[in-house]
This record gives sequence, C-alpha cells and structure tokens, in this order.
Amino acid sequence: MERIPILKFGDILLVTIQVDFHDRIALALQEDLTEKIVNLSAKGVLIDISALEMVDSFMGRVLGNIAKTSRLLDCYAVLVGMQPAIAITITELGVTLTGIHTALTAEAGIDLLNDMIKSKSNGKVHAKRQVAKWR
Amino acid sequence: MAIKSQEERAISAEEDIILVRNSVKRVTALLNFSLVNQTKIISAASELARNTLEHGKGGRAIIQLVNDPDRVGIRLTFEDHGPGIADINRALEDGFTTTRGMGLGLGGARRLMDEFVIESKENDGTTVSVTKWIEKS
Ligand SMILES: Nc1ncnc2c1ncn2[C@@H]1O[C@H](COP(=O)(O)OP(=O)(O)O)[C@@H](O)[C@H]1O
Ligand SMILES: [Mg+2]
Repeated sequence: MERIPILKFGDILLVTIQVDFHDRIALALQEDLTEKIVNLSAKGVLIDISALEMVDSFMGRVLGNIAKTSRLLDCYAVLVGMQPAIAITITELGVTLTGIHTALTAEAGIDLLNDMIKSKSNGKVHAKRQVAKWR
Repeated sequence: MAIKSQEERAISAEEDIILVRNSVKRVTALLNFSLVNQTKIISAASELARNTLEHGKGGRAIIQLVNDPDRVGIRLTFEDHGPGIADINRALEDGFTTTRGMGLGLGGARRLMDEFVIESKENDGTTVSVTKWIEKS
C-alpha cells in the first residue's frame, strides 16, 4: 500500500501530506509516525498540509490523534500550511483541532517546534534545581 | 428548477469517496463558486459519501448541476439501502455518533450547504440531498 514518507531532520520528523489523503493512508501514517517517534527519539513532528484541498471530520480526527499521541510520546506536533478556505470550512463543520499547534509556514513551524523543545528542556533543568533546593 | 447535467457515482469502497470529491470539485469549479464555497461543498460531499459507505453499507451519489431563473447551483444526493436512521434529530446533533466518529458529518453538511433534506426509514435506507446556490451575475 502507498504510504506517506516521513523524513528526519535532526530531532524533527517531517511529513508532507499529499492531495489524495485516503482513510487507509491516514491511519497508516498515524501508525508509522508513532513508531518513528519512538525508534528515532524524535522531539518534534511537522505536518505540512498545504497540498490538501479539504479536511473533513475524519481527517480532522486523524490529525488530532497524531498530535495527542505525539504528546504522550514526549514529542510536539505542529500543523503547517492550512489553506484559509479549509480553516473557515472546518470551523463551520465543527472540527476544533484542540491542542494542535499550528503555524502558517513550514519555516515558522520549525521555529515553533525548536522553541517548544528548547523551553521544555529548560523546564527540566529548572525542575532539577527545585528538587536540589528542597533536599 | 431545471437539471442541467447529472453524474452518478457508486459508493462501495473508500476510494469512491475521493472519486465523488473529485467529481464534485469539477462541477463547483465549472460553476465558479468561490474557493471557500468550493471547499465547503467538497467537505460536505466527503462527509455524506463517508456516511453512505460506513453507515449505509454503500450506495450512490448523484451530482447535479441545477438551474433557476436567477441562480445556478450544485445538488448532491446520497442514497443507500442500509439500516436507516432511527432518530434523525439525534443523528443531526453535533457529537452524536453510533460508531466512533466525531458526529459532525450530518450537522456539518447542513451548515456548509444552503439546503439540506434528509429522508430515512429504519431497515430501508437513507437519502440525503444538499444544495448550494450561486446567484447569476
Ligand atoms: N447513511 C446513513 N445510514 C445510516 N445511519 C446514518 C447514515 N448517515 C448517518 N447515520 C447515523 O447518524 C450518525 C451521525 O452521523 P454523522 O453526523 O455523520 O457522524 P459520524 O459519521 O461521525 O457518526 C451516525 O453515527 C449514524 O448512526
Ligand atoms: Mg459521518
């Protein structure tokens, strides 16, 4: 079966969704990504949907699930390139995509991912210091 | 109202949802719908085609180009002979699903289109027809 390629750049996985985003391809992507996040210890996933001409509630659910699953695996997901017409349409459809980080361009998305990854590791250092103080 | 053209597509596999979307897209572009309205119509078609396949156990889509004196439009009819819907009002509520969907398809399609008609009989099937108009300039 056709699958969506997942590229790796440092800590970040990059996925570009093609026009014909069938249900089975979408579900396979969800599985492949989960596996790669773990195997490659990815810290961020950038999902580019600029080629998509529409997002229906099924795709919205898959995208939301990818973001949620990534979070559970200690990885951030950012959705980039949503066409304005799609933003208007999914809002009216009622798809909320809560908890999904978005950026307008791939470049801005990578910046956002790097910021989130960095501020998280700073946060960790902070937590350790706190523990040290309490002891 | 006159029907100017009509195209029919069987919905029996997941790939058919994409074929329906593509046919719908062609007609919306032909009618010069704005990009936002094209996106709304294609999304409504996708939701309803998926319902025909998933809940209705397959059926067909009829894509019509319709014409009034002062407006033209696209009418999409989705028919199946599946289990039907016991309580249409509940099925239309956002979030209501008997599977594990998002429960946004029927309500969403109604919001995205100008007209929405649903007929369903238990153990007999479901027909949903939606229309979006564009004023003649
Ligand atoms: N063609 C159909 N045949 C039978 N039941 C349907 C059909 N379309 C919708 N339904 C019922 O209405 C419910 C709501 O549909 P929808 O709003 O599209 O949400 P979802 O598909 O996510 O469940 C479905 O869960 C199903 O029970
Ligand atoms: Mg549905």
